Amino acid sequence: MSDTTLSTAPVPARKGRGPWARAARRLWQNRSAMVALGIFLLIVAACLAAPLYARWAGVDPFQSTLDAVLKIDGVDVPVMEQSTEGLGLGYTPLGPTWNLKHYFLGADNQGRDVLARMLYGGLNSLWISAAATVLTLILGTAMGLAAGFFGGLTDTVLSRILDVLWAFPIYLLAISLSIVTLSEGLKIGPFVIESGSLWLPVIIIGIVYIPYVARPIRGQVLALRQSEFVLAAINLGVPGGRILWRDILPNVATTLIVFVPLMMALNMLTESALSFLSIGVQPPDASWGTIIQDGQALLYTRPWVALAPGLAIAVSVMALNVFGDGLRDALDPRSKIRLGRD
Amino acid sequence: MKRYLLAASAAALVTLGGLAPAWAEYQTAHRGGTMRLLARSSGGTLDPQINYTLQYWQIFQPIYDGLVAFKKADGAKGFEIVPDLAEALPAMSNDGKTLTFQLRKGIKFSTGQEVTVKDVVASFQRIFKVSSPTAGSFYAGIVGADKCLAEAASCTLDGGVVGDEAAGTITINLTAPDAEILSKLALPHASVLPADAPTQDVGSAPLPGTGAYMISAYDPNKGMTLSRNPNFKEWSADAQPDGYPDVVQYDFGLTEEAMVTAIQKGEADWMYDQPPTDRLVEIGTKYQDQVHISPLTAWWYAPLNVNLAPFDNVKARQAVAYAVDRNTLVNLFGGKVLAAPVCQVLPPNFPGHEPYCPYTKDPGTKWSAPDVEKAKQLVEESGTKGQKVTVVVEDTAVSRAIGVYLQSVLTDIGYVADVKPISSAIQFTYIQNSNNKVQMSVSQWYQDYPAASDFLNILFGCDSFHPGSDSSINMAGFCDKAIDKKMKDALALGVTDQAAADKMWAEIDKAVTDQAPAVPLFTPKHVDFVSKRTGNFLFNAQYYWIVTQSWVQ
Repeated sequence: MSDTTLSTAPVPARKGRGPWARAARRLWQNRSAMVALGIFLLIVAACLAAPLYARWAGVDPFQSTLDAVLKIDGVDVPVMEQSTEGLGLGYTPLGPTWNLKHYFLGADNQGRDVLARMLYGGLNSLWISAAATVLTLILGTAMGLAAGFFGGLTDTVLSRILDVLWAFPIYLLAISLSIVTLSEGLKIGPFVIESGSLWLPVIIIGIVYIPYVARPIRGQVLALRQSEFVLAAINLGVPGGRILWRDILPNVATTLIVFVPLMMALNMLTESALSFLSIGVQPPDASWGTIIQDGQALLYTRPWVALAPGLAIAVSVMALNVFGDGLRDALDPRSKIRLGRD
Repeated sequence: MKRYLLAASAAALVTLGGLAPAWAEYQTAHRGGTMRLLARSSGGTLDPQINYTLQYWQIFQPIYDGLVAFKKADGAKGFEIVPDLAEALPAMSNDGKTLTFQLRKGIKFSTGQEVTVKDVVASFQRIFKVSSPTAGSFYAGIVGADKCLAEAASCTLDGGVVGDEAAGTITINLTAPDAEILSKLALPHASVLPADAPTQDVGSAPLPGTGAYMISAYDPNKGMTLSRNPNFKEWSADAQPDGYPDVVQYDFGLTEEAMVTAIQKGEADWMYDQPPTDRLVEIGTKYQDQVHISPLTAWWYAPLNVNLAPFDNVKARQAVAYAVDRNTLVNLFGGKVLAAPVCQVLPPNFPGHEPYCPYTKDPGTKWSAPDVEKAKQLVEESGTKGQKVTVVVEDTAVSRAIGVYLQSVLTDIGYVADVKPISSAIQFTYIQNSNNKVQMSVSQWYQDYPAASDFLNILFGCDSFHPGSDSSINMAGFCDKAIDKKMKDALALGVTDQAAADKMWAEIDKAVTDQAPAVPLFTPKHVDFVSKRTGNFLFNAQYYWIVTQSWVQ
């Protein structure tokens, strides 16, 4: 009895505060989401500073420097050290110096500064995941809107295309597309994308996740299509495109916004997996996935080469997911009930 | 003629030599036990006439025999050809085109069935019937081979391999003299199998052999078990010696890291795959008594496609040869102990090898340092500066590292370079097919048998270039008519005078090196990491570690 009373009690509205402002406030009040955003922005800022760091530390993260000798505290330290004990087998790259100026995380098997490559690799990983997210959202939204609003044959055709995409395991599809395009690049009419281009993983990842976006959007549009304001607009003769743009798109915008961090996290994992398998970012370019692959051969002696990018991926993905959850809570009208205020 | 006399003398020496032990006496005290071997994966089919992997050629040695064999001896002695199922090396006649073998009596397959002339003739026919990968190359010179290659199912090798059951002889007729025929007959593809062996790839079902061991269990996803052949009685310690372990258990599926750890713990005796580079320091210091490092007659090289820009220009090719720092590559492979820089096609200590090093800081006989300035100058002169070059490498740690290094070298001398690592499973065939337009790649070549032609003629002969085919081992597409003619002359000369032929091969080696259709990178050494209990380690130059001549107790 008392529950019913509470739930039906009118919520006092605050004059002048729109839904976006209320959402922003709720997001701001979500501490874990804000911490996650802060961590993610810190990672982005660090990666953006990659060229500055490389210049300051005097390293070229894309050039083999196997013969390089560093001067650390007045002592000559070779970047690659030949074993002199026993049978004299093997070369070991320099381990972490924990000195930002000199190979902070040590060297990889090409004698390159791992931290510098981490930052440059992060830049590529972030860029690919962000660009692929934009591509997925554009294509997924377009397909979801068209299928849900126009229905009939359009819906049937688009839904079957989504079914086909959905039928493949995501990674299997991404790997297949990558292998096919890796040797010859991608040629669509006058547009040619070279095999080593970063656009290839962007397009592949962008495509394989389209059903993740298109399906829920289509569902929402199907519901919105039956709402009174849309039916009224149709009956008044408003063109379909205008209804989609002015009435339906704003109503699915919150869903799309929530998708951004979550899709970015997914895309980052996919990009890393493809690059780890040598079918994503191509050397000498780096991404966190390629650096993990480089570090795989050094796991026993120089584990940081693989651990550092692995941690970077884990932290970034976690930050994006926590922020995404916060964003969903902030934009979801039901959260008003959960939070019990506003 | 001189050649036949030499062969006869060699046969006499071998017969006499057979009276003395090949090496230390068989030590009965060490007989028995189970030897445990490891490999990342299986080597494919068990058919000895089809399998073309070093992994299984090595394990086939104590299982199968041919008419002749490479001597089961340590080091370069392993290149020596000795009679195996044949009583002696063949008598040659008809200007070297006819070889007559006398089959030993009393040798039995693991099934208990005695080896007959009929089995030998049928085995040669089977090479063609199962489309052995070397049927068209190594055995195409046998009379009737052309018909067998055209119609494998009805292959009879009529007039090519003739058996006389009453006399116990097998006569092989060749269309032309072949100085390397005995080496080819000593390979597993010429193994003698029962006449009723299936005429298709047997896959995972082992065929009976005549060796000291037989395959008693096999699952390509799990492992292979060798046990003693109950019908084996040693007839030649040089060709097929009795082994020490009672059982050889070969397990598949572990990573290299796990294999190293298993051997360290004494849970395994040997690993087929090379130890990972990040474990080398550890095993080279803490386990140095268990490590055997052996030189190989092999090379790592970077083929340059002479039919595609920029490497259709000899100066561009020479520029790359000047710029590549072999020491760096040696380091990427694991250091000086594991590899040595090379400048030419033929590896050191190989027939026809005469030291020659034109593309180095101080040209002469030995590589000293890269000459990057000279390389840049040649790139300028060639007019190819700024062109795009893609290096296709295998997706393995070492190959990727070499590819990335070569990419930085190419960038340094003026090209716009990138590197494309592709799966090891397809890289070897991908870089062979000219349709894939591969400009530069990284590959390796290990000898099939000890002959200069196995490097020069196979890798750079006009007959080895098949445009548009996945089976075009001349990856550079190099075809110089004058050099090719000289190769054919050297092959012909080898029939009568091998020493003179080897001199000729040395000249051919220099001529090919000058044209730089490939950049020689380094010659590798082989690391065998064995358990503490493994004794009597013998490394045969032809087939590497002689598995069953080591003991585990």
